[in-house]
Amino acid sequence: MSNAEANSQATGRRIPDRLRTPLQRFLASWELLLLVVAIGVFVVNSFASPYFLDPWNLSDATFNFTEKALIAFAMALLIISGEIDLSVASIIALASTAMGFAVQMGVDTSLLVLIGLGVGLACGAFNGFLVTGFGLPSIVVTIGTMSLFRGVSYIVLGDKAYTGYPADFAYFGQGYVWWVISFEFLLFAVMALLFAILLHKTNFGRAVYVIGNNPVGALFSGIRVKRVKFALFLLTGLMSGVAAVCLTSRLGATRPSIAFGWELEVVTMVVLGGINILGGSGTIPGVVIAAFVMGMVTFGFGLLNVPGIVMSIFIGLLLIAVIALPRIARHILARRKA
Amino acid sequence: MLANSQGIKNVHAYETNEPAPVLSLKGISKSFPGVKALSEVALDLYSGEVTALVGENGAGKSTIVKVLTGIYQPDHGQIAIGGTPVSFPTAQDAGKAGVTAIHQETVLFDDLSVAENIFIGHAPKTRFGLIDRKQMVHKAQELLERIGAQIDPRVMLKELGIANKHLVAIARALSIDAKIVIMDEPTASLSHKEIEETYELVERLKAEGKAILFISHKFDEIFRIANRYTVFRDGQMVGAGKIDDVDEQKLVKLMVGRSVDQVFPDRHAKTGNEILKVVGYCHPTEFEDIGFTLRKGEILGFYGLVGAGRSEVMQALFGVTKPSKGAVRIDDKIAVIRSPDEAINHGIVYVPEDRGKQGAIKGLPIFQNVSLPSLKSTSRNGFLRLAEEFKLARDYTRRLDLRAAALDQDIGDLSGGNQQKVVIAKWLATQPRVIILDEPTKGIDIGSKAAVHEFMAELAAEGLAVIMVSSEIPEILGMSDRVIVMREGRIAAEFQGDRLTPENLVRAAAGISEAVS
Repeated sequence: MSNAEANSQATGRRIPDRLRTPLQRFLASWELLLLVVAIGVFVVNSFASPYFLDPWNLSDATFNFTEKALIAFAMALLIISGEIDLSVASIIALASTAMGFAVQMGVDTSLLVLIGLGVGLACGAFNGFLVTGFGLPSIVVTIGTMSLFRGVSYIVLGDKAYTGYPADFAYFGQGYVWWVISFEFLLFAVMALLFAILLHKTNFGRAVYVIGNNPVGALFSGIRVKRVKFALFLLTGLMSGVAAVCLTSRLGATRPSIAFGWELEVVTMVVLGGINILGGSGTIPGVVIAAFVMGMVTFGFGLLNVPGIVMSIFIGLLLIAVIALPRIARHILARRKA
Repeated sequence: MLANSQGIKNVHAYETNEPAPVLSLKGISKSFPGVKALSEVALDLYSGEVTALVGENGAGKSTIVKVLTGIYQPDHGQIAIGGTPVSFPTAQDAGKAGVTAIHQETVLFDDLSVAENIFIGHAPKTRFGLIDRKQMVHKAQELLERIGAQIDPRVMLKELGIANKHLVAIARALSIDAKIVIMDEPTASLSHKEIEETYELVERLKAEGKAILFISHKFDEIFRIANRYTVFRDGQMVGAGKIDDVDEQKLVKLMVGRSVDQVFPDRHAKTGNEILKVVGYCHPTEFEDIGFTLRKGEILGFYGLVGAGRSEVMQALFGVTKPSKGAVRIDDKIAVIRSPDEAINHGIVYVPEDRGKQGAIKGLPIFQNVSLPSLKSTSRNGFLRLAEEFKLARDYTRRLDLRAAALDQDIGDLSGGNQQKVVIAKWLATQPRVIILDEPTKGIDIGSKAAVHEFMAELAAEGLAVIMVSSEIPEILGMSDRVIVMREGRIAAEFQGDRLTPENLVRAAAGISEAVS
């Protein structure tokens, strides 16, 4: 009720549209804070290593995050709606295994891509069906399918690997569109734009926010909650399929351990991007910046020969710090006032 | 002893021997960023007496309760119990000092037993520091008997109805041997009979010498059970005294700072063609054989006890629950309604009773709440058009006289009455033909209430067909052209004209004229 008193006094009948201008909103936003962090990382990196500012090195650095970010965009929508999909990395494994299997049958590249995307969609549909059809909690369902999908991959492959992908299949993960701009980076940029439009400019995106803030209220407002959630699982599955195509193409081989542990990195990226893990708020630009931050930190540490485990410690600390900082700041401000 | 002193004008007994208050608040202020919620308020509670705290939503009632229970710390001011100053840094400290609160939406735990709920946080312990279950159940049994509740302390709380849950909450309040009991709208969601039981309980607490702070929006109950009153307005204490010294008019005047016309809008119903017809509507568990018609421009009231199945019928009409049998005709054509989406397309909209869960989308701004069910018309090819949404929100919130700082403000920041205005606005924006209002003024302040009533009358005059579910008899009588009374999932009676009397409604709802089952 804290603002209620203010309301009853402040206005007569005419209510202004906005309390703060979009610029004021931006200045107080999470995205700006992240942007500052991103620039900080960039500056530190460029001082720390003379190789960092090389255009080709920077281009290489983008591969650290593009595939994960593709999934993170869809995951962001799913988390905003109050659900989660922890099976995304396992979907990559299953999709990649299916593609590898198809290669042994002598399938050509275009069909390979369709198989990768199709398996992703099918896995998303399976998750979505279990969650919306039976009303099961998504965290439980997708922990289950996480083991299931990768398990199938292990059964099919054992300790073997599928190789022998066609030469033109390599384009998706290794090709360059123009100068240092890789196909993956272009795909990342286009998808960022499409997802930003979907979430922030369409009725569908609005429904995602509404469901995340109040699923019962959404139902009582005429939103087809289950349909929207099912679509989001499909979308997440599909984007995992896209990531599977890119990653498999980049590696040129499929092992059952492919993309192992990515689900947590994807969720980290989403949360770092300012998406509320409990649903209801967050933006795609935030996720985009978070992707750059994570990619550059990993790459910078790589240039400095910092071991992988230190990198993950740093990412963990960064996540906690970036989430804790605004709260700590608010706390201190409140103290100072009192 | 003082229970029925209402109406007795001789109050010398009080004045000659004024007791000292058990709890006394002086100069309490509390600010939140940008808002002064409480400003120098005072409040005294006396042993064995009920003090009614009244005020519009947003007057600061909930804030003072939170100050008293240690949830908020006041910026200034003094709390004294029995004359000694105290402070409550945490909720536990307030409990230890003998303050307990029974909340509007009681905080209990569905998956714990009744006894565990009563003793959570202060369960009797064995020698080894473990919970002494036997002792706990035994003590719980005693407490429940003391308040006349026939509840087995071993059953899970979720198996109880809402009225019994309240009794458990009261038993919990007694279990910490509280001197001061705060009751925050204890009767808001109870049926007629349950309310009576609550009153009896309050009398019993009074007799035990508890000092009771009773927060309520209902004047009849204030005059019935309170000994004293305190009025808050805009975070300030604007009046206090003995209930015998005031009347309803004066209290209302204090609350709103102006005199509010409490009469219902004068309506001359001009009903048109039949628009909605429900035939043989059944549900496996909730209702059976419901049939009625509704005309344009008509306000049809649905009265009954809580649990009579009124909301369930309305939610089936709105496509939330599935009826097992029956048909709905709109303009004499069969209408298939399987989801709220389809109901909205047919022009039927539903303003739910549970505003927090089902009505308002907290976390989203006002304008997005308003435009939500109308997105199809404000958007183009599935793409949002914010300008159209703002326009819609401006138009409809102005009609309802919404009070807010800006349309991009979170709806959760508004007071209950203003949230309800936004929820009604959102449905009107869809330009419905039938609007169902489920307890439309429950828990909202008197000013907003009048606005909602006036608006309903206006809508009906414009030819909208209105169904109003309400448990408040004055509201049902004041607003409805015709009233259907439901009991145990069936239509018990229908009244209009001269037969529309409080007595008839209550009888039909309670099934008094029939044999006791």
